[in-house]
Amino acid sequence: MKALVWHAKNDVRIESVPDPKILNPRDAIVRITSTAICGSDLHLLDGFIPTMQTGDILGHEFMGEVVEVGSGNKKLKVGDRVVVPFTIACGNCFFCQNALWSLCDNSNPNAWMAEKLYGYSTSGLFGYSHLTGGYAGGQAQYARVPFADVGPIPIPDGVPDEKVLFLSDILPTGYMAAENCDIKRGDVIAIWGCGPVGQMAIKSAWLLGAERVIAIDAVPERLRMAQNEGLAETINYETEDVFDRLKTMTGGRGPDACIDAVGLESHGATFDAYLDRVKTSTFLATDRPSALRQAIHACRKGGIVSIPGVYGGFLDKIPMGAAFQKGLTFKMGQTHMMRYMQPLLERIVRGELDPSFVITHRLPLDAAPDAYKVFRDKQEQCIKVVLKPHAAAA
Amino acid sequence: MIASNLSLVERSASTVAGAMCMAFGLKQRSVAGAMLVGGGAALIARGATGFCPVHAWMGTSNGSDTRAALSGSGGIRVAESVTIQRSPEELYRFWRDLENLPRFMTHLVSVKQTDPQHSHWVAQAPAGATVEWDAEVIQDIPNQMIAWRTVQQADVVSAGSVHFKPTGRPNETNVRVTLQYDPPAGKIGAAVARMFGKEPSQSIREDLRRCKALLEAGEFPTTEGQPRGRQSILNYA
Repeated sequence: MKALVWHAKNDVRIESVPDPKILNPRDAIVRITSTAICGSDLHLLDGFIPTMQTGDILGHEFMGEVVEVGSGNKKLKVGDRVVVPFTIACGNCFFCQNALWSLCDNSNPNAWMAEKLYGYSTSGLFGYSHLTGGYAGGQAQYARVPFADVGPIPIPDGVPDEKVLFLSDILPTGYMAAENCDIKRGDVIAIWGCGPVGQMAIKSAWLLGAERVIAIDAVPERLRMAQNEGLAETINYETEDVFDRLKTMTGGRGPDACIDAVGLESHGATFDAYLDRVKTSTFLATDRPSALRQAIHACRKGGIVSIPGVYGGFLDKIPMGAAFQKGLTFKMGQTHMMRYMQPLLERIVRGELDPSFVITHRLPLDAAPDAYKVFRDKQEQCIKVVLKPHAAAA
Repeated sequence: MIASNLSLVERSASTVAGAMCMAFGLKQRSVAGAMLVGGGAALIARGATGFCPVHAWMGTSNGSDTRAALSGSGGIRVAESVTIQRSPEELYRFWRDLENLPRFMTHLVSVKQTDPQHSHWVAQAPAGATVEWDAEVIQDIPNQMIAWRTVQQADVVSAGSVHFKPTGRPNETNVRVTLQYDPPAGKIGAAVARMFGKEPSQSIREDLRRCKALLEAGEFPTTEGQPRGRQSILNYA
């Protein structure tokens, strides 16, 4: 089959690789019909995530048709159309049983590695370094899905791929970010980052009853999308003082909850980015602090900071004083996918939600290496790329 | 598992230095950069495994546990624990059938129960060799604990116990395993010591992780046999 293979920083290629096989009884093999590039894949392209290996197949947002099931999989059958969540969960451990699916005890074959870095291991992820299991990803024509009797969600006939594909990651991730804000009547939600997750968080904040949603970014087309599709008020952090604007807009009180949908590359939070920053420490003294620092600073007293943006290493200059004195609550983590996929699918089927508005690029898989760069460099007003693994090359 | 000959501090320093070399080397896109990446990878490997080929070649070792593990008196003693979503009763039944142990203890080839109290153990030693011994159950408190040790005259002196303690949540148990190997001097002793590597607690921890995965999820997570693209000599996980 064809797959997108990571070789080195800034070097991803389409290669011919062996087809995946069933390796465990609960596995399934999915023939992928649609797959997306996630903003977090760019951290891999940019070499920010340690423990990548040459030859790793990327991709964690995918869906398709079940073509083979393992002997122990009683839930799926050949021919089922499914969306696959980016987290892998066994469904049996303490964490799965408490709906903390992304913290599964039994799905990371390299748990020892994660334990060295984080103390304890979290769940396996598709196509996202060996720290999270080294599982081959879904930017390919086929993928092996472990514990496929837990994660993949069947999709009713007649609902097009584009409407449900983002149940694999960004829609539940944006939704959990908003849910973590514990939104009550009258609440103002401020969202840093108007990428795909930010856009999903905007929609979700409205669904959960926000009074106002304020979106912060500097990329014109992303701010436009937040306004036109998300109906959010916007702040351009390059031309406006975010803190002052938020304070003024909220009658001097500050947003009730702040969502950091930017993550590590806004300022670097992985190990090597951290080292970079030691070398260029003046960066810390510039007048444009990171999204997270800004969010903590701007959040109202007693408010919530919700972090769907990915962090992987050590952060510096986090204003804990402000967080402590204002009595803030922090909520974060990889999305507990299986909590949200079914209810969000139902909303999509009922027509309450259509996340496909973020798609700007529809391409065959062969175009993925270029698409990564277009997406990363925000060329062609790129916001979200969907790839078709079985389409003929253009 | 490779024998460790480094202290924890050295290993951490190695890993950090290795990561720095790699991070910097990767940015260079040059021969010098590639060399840094390679050197960084070697340092990380040194940190991760605790084995330094240079030390080994020079015949020096800074690992404080090496002599202890290889000596006849101190032996290897490890205690590890894991929490499993199963009742103490289920776990006791599973462990009491000692023939189940090789299903998750990677160093064991087989355990044969010769009668309810006695068993014959075969373990994997380096270079394809095996080490064998007979053991007897010396304490058996249903649903609480099992202890065993090698019978007298065995080449390998080994003892182990496992305790099952309910956590207070339904169907959840803390499993605590203590293992001791007092290998005699000489070849067999060294083989037994190497069987566990120089981090025996890590090896038991992995075994208990496998025990947990087997009893909770019914299978071990794996990626062995999955597709991957072309690999490179500079592979550096």
